Amino acid sequence: MDFSLGPEHELVQKMVREFAQKEIAPSIQEWDRKQEMAPQVLPRMGELGILGICFPVNLGGQGMDFISLGLACEELEAVDTTLRVVMSVHVGLCGLSLLQWGTEAQQAEFLVPLARGEKIGCGAFSESGAGSDVANLQTTAKQDGSDYILNGEKMWISLASKADFALLTARTDPNPKRRSQGLSSFIVDLHSKGVTTGDLKGKLGVRAGSTGWISMQDVRVPAASRLGEHGEGFKITMSAFDSGRYTVAAGAAGLIRACLEASVAYANGRKTFGQPIAEHQLVQAKIARMASDYEIAKLLFLKAGWLKNQGVRNTVETSRAKQFATDASFHAASEAIAVHGSYGYSDEFPVERYLRNARGAMIYEGTNEIHSLIQAGYALGNRTDKALRREMPAYESTRWQAELDSPPIVSR
Amino acid sequence: MVLVYIDHFGGTAPTVAWEALGAGARLAEGSEIKAVVMGQGVEALAGEAVSRGAHGVVLADDDRLKEFRPEVYADGLSEIIRQSGAATVLFPTTSRARELAALVAVDLGTGITPDAIQLDRQNGAIVATRPIYAGKLLTKEVNLAHRPQLLTVRSRSFPAPEPDPARAGEITRVELDLGQPRTEVTGYKPSGGGVSLADAAIIVSGGRGVANNPGLQPPAELTSEKEQEIWRAREGFKLVGELAQVLGGAVGASRAAVDAGYIPYAHQVGQTGKVVSPDLYIACGISGAIQHLAGMRTAKTIVAINRDPDAPIFKLARFGVVGDLHQILPALIGALRQRLGK
Amino acid sequence: MKVIVCVKQTPDTAATLTVVGGKASWGDAPLVLNPWDEYAIEQALRTKEAHGGSVTALSLGAEAAKESLKQALAMGCDEAVLLSDPAFERADSLVASAALAAAIKRIDASDLVFFGKAAVDTDTGVTGPQVARRLGWPSLNLVAAISELDPAAKTITVERLLEEGRQIVRSPLPAVVSVVKEINEPRYPSFMGIRKASKAEIPVWTATEIGLQPVPEPALSWPEVTAPARTEQSCEFMSGETAQQQAAALVDRLIEEKLI
Repeated sequence: MDFSLGPEHELVQKMVREFAQKEIAPSIQEWDRKQEMAPQVLPRMGELGILGICFPVNLGGQGMDFISLGLACEELEAVDTTLRVVMSVHVGLCGLSLLQWGTEAQQAEFLVPLARGEKIGCGAFSESGAGSDVANLQTTAKQDGSDYILNGEKMWISLASKADFALLTARTDPNPKRRSQGLSSFIVDLHSKGVTTGDLKGKLGVRAGSTGWISMQDVRVPAASRLGEHGEGFKITMSAFDSGRYTVAAGAAGLIRACLEASVAYANGRKTFGQPIAEHQLVQAKIARMASDYEIAKLLFLKAGWLKNQGVRNTVETSRAKQFATDASFHAASEAIAVHGSYGYSDEFPVERYLRNARGAMIYEGTNEIHSLIQAGYALGNRTDKALRREMPAYESTRWQAELDSPPIVSR
Repeated sequence: MVLVYIDHFGGTAPTVAWEALGAGARLAEGSEIKAVVMGQGVEALAGEAVSRGAHGVVLADDDRLKEFRPEVYADGLSEIIRQSGAATVLFPTTSRARELAALVAVDLGTGITPDAIQLDRQNGAIVATRPIYAGKLLTKEVNLAHRPQLLTVRSRSFPAPEPDPARAGEITRVELDLGQPRTEVTGYKPSGGGVSLADAAIIVSGGRGVANNPGLQPPAELTSEKEQEIWRAREGFKLVGELAQVLGGAVGASRAAVDAGYIPYAHQVGQTGKVVSPDLYIACGISGAIQHLAGMRTAKTIVAINRDPDAPIFKLARFGVVGDLHQILPALIGALRQRLGK
Repeated sequence: MKVIVCVKQTPDTAATLTVVGGKASWGDAPLVLNPWDEYAIEQALRTKEAHGGSVTALSLGAEAAKESLKQALAMGCDEAVLLSDPAFERADSLVASAALAAAIKRIDASDLVFFGKAAVDTDTGVTGPQVARRLGWPSLNLVAAISELDPAAKTITVERLLEEGRQIVRSPLPAVVSVVKEINEPRYPSFMGIRKASKAEIPVWTATEIGLQPVPEPALSWPEVTAPARTEQSCEFMSGETAQQQAAALVDRLIEEKLI
């Protein structure tokens, strides 16, 4: 068993860290205050290939593996959570779902431009009345010839106002035999007639990001844009979360690290009672806990990433990684504020932003309460993973890094 | 014998060239110290070398030496050094002389010790002390067996001898076998604009105290208190800017000053502004709240000017002036202009 | 065009440096590609992009220096070579320049060799010019801009950063160019570059293989490394009845301490 990261992973980590630290970190405080997304974030992440990091080269991506995706998310969130949110919805929810469930035609039409960063994708499942209870969502998709007509409103959608298309789940059968059977998923062109989007302001955190709503009035979507089979939407949505919440887990590890680094720097500088506060034991205890939680969060997401590389189903491992890391990041941020004293309460230092950002991750991509239920299900033997019609393909470096004329990666 | 290469630009030698001559004279310990002057129309420079202590000057005055070209000068200087039999050759550390010394070292098959801040004789060799790792550490460096020893001397490390017209010395003109130069200097351009905050070796920074000048009367058309405050602050920052200019440094500001609208965000030093690491940081009217300190605490030397003797910044400063910056700054600018001859 | 860029692996500039046993120590801090060399690599890559050809990264160092060469490859260099030999261990610039020049001759037929301005550890800034001298090529040092490059006519025009301003120099090729950071903004490694670099096998050349027999003796030795004296940190207040007196006192002290 080899716990070391190879030269490829180290170079990836270094590159993403340099980009985020050099180009985004200096002005992030200002954008967070403005409650707006810095305009260079999406274009630069696209240009540098970060938006397509883990897709095969012959699908427009960079051919790196799932661990590279995790490491990139860690480095991005160490600067600001909103950078990682981009990865969660564009790569995680939308892109990886296309990789897992898309037909060749759909991959060519949607995944390739998404991987190249030419188009932006997002995931649209939540509604004002349906968050944790996904099966209860009310947006409808009525068949009309070979098309579907969509009506309804999605809420709490990251990049709603910035994305070109959304992986969106809607109700296609108003009276299914089982509640979870009546849903279908679509790639909805957000520039279509009948689609309006807008941003939500006044959030506690991820203020330098873009969270909004998507409203649809008689939006026509061709059947070719339906992802997976008619009625398969619930399974597709759940699989999407396995991808999205992996990025959240990895990012939260980065957030713990940011809290740790800020606390160590401050504790070594600030003096009370004649010595740097790093000498005081209660401060040391906080820092030790952060260091430990970072290590644990990292190990959990690396294992989940490794399972993804192997093509092994990893729902419970990803759930565990996400829940642990996000809970721990909130705790770390709160303690980092304590280390900073009153200065932690001011936006002069980043730790108050870390706390506000951390709280959101405990709610989205499955509330941490839901994650307890998921894990209990597995632990009690009530829940097992059934094989899916389409599984996420395993990572194979030669195939994924091979240039354009290789056969497409379409799993069984 | 000690030779000292007198670097110059257009016949004017920088102070560090004379500092090198001074360092050479000390090392020579009474034995001969000669200057080398190369260029076109540089006799006056040779005369100045004598007045500053050179026992003699080797002068190579040649049309082909009009523009400094390292390969041509190296051809000439290597020849001069060989002919002279000097055991030690000093250079000032300048853009030209460092490179020249490097090329000559290859020609003579010897070592080159750049940027010495201290020179000591030990058992017939010169032990130099020079900075490494951007000055975080110092190393002793010695050339035990290879001769001559070549060293460049860092500016402001040795005193420059004052010119004394009473001194006498022989100026020997030499003809050099220079060959055809291959490179051509086609012109000059002024360097880029002002000093960037992130790179500046000297930063003069202003805080909220810069606006605190009740005696200064704003123009009548500014009626609101806020407008008057900002006007006073901008006048104050003009002083900060002037001091920075005299010192060849950049202008910084505390977050408080930026938030109050006194100066644009680009100048902000501190946690959310730029983190700077200059050799000299002069904090004017800055109290020293921790977030500002976080941005500038790695400055090598901090000078604080503040009317409050208990301001926290004095705990971090090496030099402090307690007083009204609106009086201190003009006085400082005047004194510097005088002393630095600007 | 056949372009070579010489790089060095150095301790990270953010590392805390201490003296251990009379030698410099950076503890656990990682070794990195010399920051100045990133500008040299970038300029080499831009030259290739403008005029075609290839870029070879060359480094004199220990086995670990392969990491820095991998970074050069990840940025886009086509090939990398490591010069490593126990005989180079105590190398000063006399030895280093001899080794690099010999390797450049072995690579053969190159038009342009790039160096960064200096290495952040030894800080001498002489190796590039010395390599040029050994090769018999023009040395173009402290280059802040390349205004013209004509591979067919074999000429290059550069702007050199002197204290007094920029000197414009025209030179024949081949030449050695040492660059300063004003010249460009180095690119990040691309993911494709990272993939290639992590798989790359980097050849190691010894002194024999570059025909440097015998290896010249270094001229310099370093008997001792010390840390600069830390001055006691208590503020020295300038005394004086008037602002003029205080200001004069401050200027005196600043000049005395060689701060201005």
